[in-house]
Amino acid sequence: MRSAFYTEYYLRHDTERGQAVSVRHALLALLSEGPKYGLQLREEFEARTGEVWPLNVGQVYTTLQRLERDGLAESDGGADDSPQKGYRITAAGAAELDGWLRTPPDLASPPRDELVIKVLVAARLPGADVHAVIQAHRRYLVQLMQQWTRIKEDGDDDLGLALAVDAELFRLDSVIRWLDAADARIRRVAASPPPPVPAGPPQPPLPPLRRGTGARR
Amino acid sequence: MTALLELRGVSKVYGEGPARVQALRGVDLAVDPGVMVAVMGPSGSGKSTLLTIAGSLEEPTSGEVLVGGALLGGMSRSARARLRRRAIGYVFQDYNLLPGLTAAENVALPLELDGVPARRARGSARAVLAELGLDERAGQFPDELSGGERQRVAIARAVVGERRLLLADEPSGALDSAAGETVMRLLHAACRRGVGAVVVTHDAQLASWADRVVFLRDGRLVDQTAPLPDPQTLLTPGPCE
Repeated sequence: MRSAFYTEYYLRHDTERGQAVSVRHALLALLSEGPKYGLQLREEFEARTGEVWPLNVGQVYTTLQRLERDGLAESDGGADDSPQKGYRITAAGAAELDGWLRTPPDLASPPRDELVIKVLVAARLPGADVHAVIQAHRRYLVQLMQQWTRIKEDGDDDLGLALAVDAELFRLDSVIRWLDAADARIRRVAASPPPPVPAGPPQPPLPPLRRGTGARR
Repeated sequence: MTALLELRGVSKVYGEGPARVQALRGVDLAVDPGVMVAVMGPSGSGKSTLLTIAGSLEEPTSGEVLVGGALLGGMSRSARARLRRRAIGYVFQDYNLLPGLTAAENVALPLELDGVPARRARGSARAVLAELGLDERAGQFPDELSGGERQRVAIARAVVGERRLLLADEPSGALDSAAGETVMRLLHAACRRGVGAVVVTHDAQLASWADRVVFLRDGRLVDQTAPLPDPQTLLTPGPCE
């Protein structure tokens, strides 16, 4: 079950959010544990594929050659595709790995969130019960959180699993908080609609907001 | 199976005339042994009123409350008080521990109030504290304990003895998320031993420990979660193609 979880979790995140774990950085992470043979790296890839890194094993040797070319790893000089060729990470490789770990992913562009769009539409649509729409989504999200919590409960001794499930729980929780805030804001506005703005002198147009730059799903 | 707690058409009105507030409107709710129910809703939705009426700390304006199948409305004041001591455990946001008593004395107090000899009551208290990992802290006073430890003592006090119904109001209070998770794990474990629990919270992460989540809005139960599907369904191939 946990193996399936990791595969699903990382595949889904790779697909939805761009390649979360590159072959290059996954190999550097393996080499940062100590020098390894090509065969060993391939086997560790295979062992961990379906756990943490769903990577194409065939890319291992190509990527190793590129790491060597770029000075991020060095070999003991055997034949390029020999399984007994040994590799170790260089100082530049360690710095590259460290830099990758510390580089925040691109969260600056707001995604086009389907849920937000549905609530925005429901809030404007004549005859739509926006609160019922919000509650339907809230209920679904709480049910998802119940399922993730059961997975965490069963896998408490697995740090990687607990961290990944926590990430999902916090993400879903933040969406529910937004729904709660939206619900309250819509009720407040309905209870006291803003007074009409008096006509005044024409204003210069505001600069356009950056729109449409978010990741499409 | 007899529900540990049953609310039938419970309504509660405070005040009169312009000051009249209807806190609950015809609430029906049943909690079976071994089940944790979370009640979610915004501030002012009636969550805490529901809990105080369920725990017989307040009476409903109309409707019926049954604890372990016994109708509270037909009981004398003393019988209700006895039922509260023996059948119901409360966990509050601010712990409500008595500062002049040690952890063990706080936990033993409801048993002693119910006539259990002090020696036996303290023995039971120490046993529950040990189950919650607090055996080393039993002799400490509340102000010598961390927030998480105080809440664990409060949970020990709520489950000590034969009490089968736990009522918790924002039980993780101001605790950080790790300590809050510990509190929910303890309540969840109590339910796995057959206790029934109602947890009132606005926090979805706490509510997600429950077997069923009901949603309160303006004093009405407006919705509830479906029976929990197998978590494995989350792990089947989804949107990745």
